[in-house]
Amino acid sequence: MSTKDRILSRIRRATAQNPDAPPIPRDYLRTHGTRTPAETADLLAAHLTEYRARVHRTDEDGLPLLLARLLSASRTVLVPLGLPPHWLSAADATRIHDRAGSTPRDLDGVDSAVTGCALAIAETGTIVLDGGPDQGRRRITLIPDHHVCVVRVPAQVVDSVPQALERLDPARPLTWISGPSATSDIELDRVEGVHGPRTLDVVLLDTPAQ
Amino acid sequence: MTRTNLGMPSFPPFPEAAGEAVRDEVLRANLRRATHTIRDKRARAVTELTDWDRLRAAGKAVKDHTLRHLDHYLLQLEASVTAAGGTVHWAADADEANRIVTGLVLATGEREVVKVKSMATQEIGLNEALEAAGIAAYETDLAELIVQLGHDRPSHILVPAIHRNRDEIRDIFRSEMASWGRPAPEDLGDDPRELAEAARLHLREKFLRAKVAVSGANFMVAETGTMVVLESEGNGRMCLTLPETLISVVGIEKVVPAFRDLEVFLQTLPRSSTAERMNPYTTMWTGTTDGDGPSAFHLVLLDNGRTDTLADETGRQALRCIRCSACLNVCPVYERAGGHAYGSVYPGPIGAILSPQLRGTGSDIDATLPYASTLCGACYEVCPVAIDIPEVLVHLRERVVQGGPATRAGVRVRLRPAHGHTAERAAMRAARLLLDHPGALRTAERLLARARRLRPRRLPGPGRAWTDTRALPDIPAEPFRDWWLRERGNRH
Ligand code: SF4
Repeated sequence: MSTKDRILSRIRRATAQNPDAPPIPRDYLRTHGTRTPAETADLLAAHLTEYRARVHRTDEDGLPLLLARLLSASRTVLVPLGLPPHWLSAADATRIHDRAGSTPRDLDGVDSAVTGCALAIAETGTIVLDGGPDQGRRRITLIPDHHVCVVRVPAQVVDSVPQALERLDPARPLTWISGPSATSDIELDRVEGVHGPRTLDVVLLDTPAQ
Repeated sequence: MTRTNLGMPSFPPFPEAAGEAVRDEVLRANLRRATHTIRDKRARAVTELTDWDRLRAAGKAVKDHTLRHLDHYLLQLEASVTAAGGTVHWAADADEANRIVTGLVLATGEREVVKVKSMATQEIGLNEALEAAGIAAYETDLAELIVQLGHDRPSHILVPAIHRNRDEIRDIFRSEMASWGRPAPEDLGDDPRELAEAARLHLREKFLRAKVAVSGANFMVAETGTMVVLESEGNGRMCLTLPETLISVVGIEKVVPAFRDLEVFLQTLPRSSTAERMNPYTTMWTGTTDGDGPSAFHLVLLDNGRTDTLADETGRQALRCIRCSACLNVCPVYERAGGHAYGSVYPGPIGAILSPQLRGTGSDIDATLPYASTLCGACYEVCPVAIDIPEVLVHLRERVVQGGPATRAGVRVRLRPAHGHTAERAAMRAARLLLDHPGALRTAERLLARARRLRPRRLPGPGRAWTDTRALPDIPAEPFRDWWLRERGNRH
């Protein structure tokens, strides 16, 4: 008998006599509170800030200048292929594209990365990337020490974890980010930035529905 | 390096190991401060969710449902992982899992792997098995790195190096980093910031060149084949996305039916564990993705005592555990004894019920673990999947003392009582006598209550050994059942 069959038959023997498990109660809340879209965005900002992300707010017109300012200390910036070109129109940093053949080592020297996102969750202060064209491969928001992430408000902001999962496609690689990398392993002192970016800038971009 | 191998425990019984730990003042002070800090923060994080009890009930139900139909969900998981480009392997025990992983690594031609913190790989002693095959395994979680460099064992689920102070960590980094790769800076101080930076530089070298990574997973979704890892530092993201080959070793109980089920656990796990609304990083991947992440993904499904645990209708609830560590932080015994005394990778209350079930109660350490508790119930209160740890503890005590039916390696056996438990056996027999005769129990309780002032510090006769290591509890002024009748009896 193969190991697989052995394990399966052990499971069947262990549970065969048992009645069906009762149905799963789904009476927990879909969101914790009712908020206007503006309140949801404020909550997102507050929770991100609590995690020591730096939060900025602007509109389409103000975005290029804001990004230029956030990248003023960066010589190089990783840019996913699908990032709207005008976002970085005012930035001086040299744009670097993550190519199929570039190794992690090639990317190690890059200062910053700028991406969009799939969505953001207000109740937990989380941004989620799903590898879409304006986000690129997972590595580009991991290796540089500085990540700038643009969130379209209100379209990309949801209240809660249940709402987020409904909108995400599990077939895509998903990266959930709540503040910059952190550790509390040494005497429970929180230290930001062990391996991922030590600085996370989140730009809440006002894009009123047309 | 000493590491736990659940298959071959060689640890002193709990009372001995705990006795030593309790005498270590520094350790006790560290533990007290750490557990109280996380405990208080957790309570706040939980209060924020007004539907906590409902989330907890849902989490319990999802896990129970999955365990009831585990064969179905594992087959479904295998199909969806395979369809998404991954390969699934099945391992009945530690040896088989180690053989599979070692073979997969050797087949890549590589001789080193980077590792994401994973209890399953500690449980099977994977690092030692790889080392024996000439493969170096590098732990990349900061705490695990401290433990590995210090030739030490983890002592907490969430913060494995909780027993180390910052100056000890600095000394370990200074003396050990060089032999594993990039040395620590000459003038390394003991500021956590500096220490984290030293770890960053030391490990980055490894991340950038590693071709193979080994991980566990917090959840696996049967419906979609999605694997989920929660972490804080980004070392997980590094291991899960940069190498070409990814091997995940995961206990079969980690499967959940649907993607939607994650909405429960992604709310309860971070808050129970680090007391945060959400941990800094969560990675989800489904098989392989063209051009992004590893091009080869292997999932090793690990039994290693889990199906035996499933066969025990009282004990199986331990398989609901999502390894949040909340029960450790509230446990008065863990707070004093520390994690090493439990002699397994699973410390604290969950370790006291999980390890003896995974390994059997044959060894001294496993026969004593069910006693590593005051049965105060705090662990049950905080558990986000409502595991009734006290209930399982009592159940396992009975098994240790009286023997009885159990399943080992898939076979139904009758266990004999463990040696050296005559005192407990006598006490159990007395308890059973009383419990079988409610009238006698009532009388005994009232007699006890009246004899409060005469209370001895140690029990006479066969009870003496029991009170050697325990303070006899105060006898309440009034028997519980009298109080209950008076306070609540008339409401029904
Ligand atoms: S037993 Fe419950 S509280 Fe303890 S680690 Fe497991 S899930 Fe958390």
